[in-house]
Amino acid sequence: MKAIGKTLLLIGATSDIGRATALVYAEAGWDIHLVGRRRELVQREADDIVTRTAAAVTAHELDILDTGRFEEFLSIVSPLPDTAICVVGELGEQARAERELEHAAMVMRTNFEGPALMLGLLASRFAARGSGTIVGISSVAGDRGRGSNYVYGAAKAGLTAFLSGLRNRLSTAGVRVLTIKPGFVRTRMTDGMKLPPMLTAEPAEVAQRIFAVADGSKGGDVVYVRRIWYPLMAIIRGIPEPIFKRLRL
Amino acid sequence: MIEGWGRYPRHDSEVLDCRLPEALPGTVSSRAGLIARGNGRSYGDAAIGEHLTLTCGALSRMKSFDQVDASLTVEGGVMLSEILRSFIPRGYFPPVVPGTKFVTVGGMIASDVHGKNHHRDGGFGDHVREIKLVIASGEILTCSRTQNSELFFATLGGMGLTGIIAEATFRLRPISTGWIVQKTVVTENLGDTLQALKQTDDATYSVAWIDCLSRGASLGRSLIFVGEHASPSDIAQMPKAALLPPFKAARFSLPVDLPGWALNRTSVSAFNDLYYRAGARKAARVSLVHWDSYFFPLDGLLEWNRLYGKRGFLQHQCVVPDENALAVLSSMLDRFALSGKASFLAVLKRLRGGAGLLSFPAPGYTLALDLPVAPDVFQLLDEIDKLVVAAGGRLYLAKDARQSRHTFEAGYPQLQAFKELRRTTGADRHFSSQLGKRLGI
Repeated sequence: MKAIGKTLLLIGATSDIGRATALVYAEAGWDIHLVGRRRELVQREADDIVTRTAAAVTAHELDILDTGRFEEFLSIVSPLPDTAICVVGELGEQARAERELEHAAMVMRTNFEGPALMLGLLASRFAARGSGTIVGISSVAGDRGRGSNYVYGAAKAGLTAFLSGLRNRLSTAGVRVLTIKPGFVRTRMTDGMKLPPMLTAEPAEVAQRIFAVADGSKGGDVVYVRRIWYPLMAIIRGIPEPIFKRLRL
Repeated sequence: MIEGWGRYPRHDSEVLDCRLPEALPGTVSSRAGLIARGNGRSYGDAAIGEHLTLTCGALSRMKSFDQVDASLTVEGGVMLSEILRSFIPRGYFPPVVPGTKFVTVGGMIASDVHGKNHHRDGGFGDHVREIKLVIASGEILTCSRTQNSELFFATLGGMGLTGIIAEATFRLRPISTGWIVQKTVVTENLGDTLQALKQTDDATYSVAWIDCLSRGASLGRSLIFVGEHASPSDIAQMPKAALLPPFKAARFSLPVDLPGWALNRTSVSAFNDLYYRAGARKAARVSLVHWDSYFFPLDGLLEWNRLYGKRGFLQHQCVVPDENALAVLSSMLDRFALSGKASFLAVLKRLRGGAGLLSFPAPGYTLALDLPVAPDVFQLLDEIDKLVVAAGGRLYLAKDARQSRHTFEAGYPQLQAFKELRRTTGADRHFSSQLGKRLGI
């Protein structure tokens, strides 16, 4: 395996997209720090990647809701990574979120507060160094609030706006900030849902797109994984609110 | 409804996805009539649970690779294709591979799969050092040749009926290139074919494609593909060829089911004739073949099971001992040819003994062919089975969808010991597939 001396920090390593993404980087010769909520599950993914690629991989335990530990955690991760990717997400249940404050808060904090604070801390460290790439995984659900999943969508909209601001702030500081919107992906999160094949990506496809945009030759700041989402979301965003509010999407 | 790769039979069975290894013990101990399923490539009803089919494809993490002795430890749901993808570029090849790379390690062990090198290296089970088996109580037992060895040998080829293979350790073989030096031997009749196969016993890989529609003097005419792992000097003549090439990602997929009549005697016979003549022209010439095309020619056409239409197909694979192989295989081939049912995927190989109590391989010749499902095929196969039983042979459980209990019991003399082990470990109360139910295992 070619050692290229670059390091990836991947937060959300036990998710399907996280796992696939770490594998793509490892195959390209990167060293990897994997972060997830449960140590034994992160270690399982780390062992898997080491065995498949002979890359250098470390496993770390951290709950994205445990924001009080972030500073301490980042002081342990050494050296400071070249690229940091946060794929943490939690769809939750809209109906439950409408009834239970706690559930709604968990969905909001997991999709917005935790990832935003973590990526914000990393961005400042990258800015101090003068280099680095930040990748946030947002969602098409954040492009416009819909009755069927607006709690999740609002949190993702928040993350999209946060990343946009971070990008704006750091555009001259040598730090790249990317927003990836995967669209539908065949993962645990969408297990059992009926997904339109044209709009649905595999985790490996998302991973390859992330790598190509963040550390390959492809450009772009805000990226839909499947290109069909660009016109589709342009249309959905363009529908006037008086009409949109009557639609069931 | 759930079906095997042959799309026959179909059964109602609850399907449950197993996402994490830690979920296995609880699921197994609390449920009755379940069987583990990997990638669903067994042809018949082996991976359909009597009540519950537990899909284990997500238990697909590799655990460790020991470079000193090239031993690999993986979870049972890891696919062979993933092992090839990771390890061929690093100069290693699995000790044994079946005809498709889209099978899981758990499935390869449960079927004790054989490859084109069985005559020399034995089956996959022969190369397994250790397994972690989730038994009926939910306990996870380490099984090897020295630890829980009875359970170990029952699990090799045990069709998942002893427990769920959560993890396995086996050795890879070092290779210096990903290419195979292939020589084609052309034979004109069955006697020649058997003789020639026997003469290739020293070769690492050998397999015969048999023209199962030709009759009379050319009954059993074949192309025998003999292969060895190529050395770097072998491929030096190929400009720019990578020593250790990955598999080619671009694949064709059969988008629709072919209508039932598409594969008929005329079309298959014409194909076979062309294929034989094309092979004969290459006789004695040595060629270099990419590992993917040599070992997995059918994987190039994804979903090739749709060739046979919605009704599906049966694969018949038997092994018969050497003694009267010529006579028995002659009459079998003649019946197949006479019926005109058999398809172009007919293969003849040499086997030696198998490792497990219910392992399919036995010393002799194995013949495998496909037949589209049709009402009169079942009777034809029952008659063929009589020849197999009379010859002291047996059928491959991983491909079986229809053999009778009598045929099965006659072919597997260690069945009683297997059943006894199922009883003493409590497996009989938890693990049950449609195949097991049909055959009374």
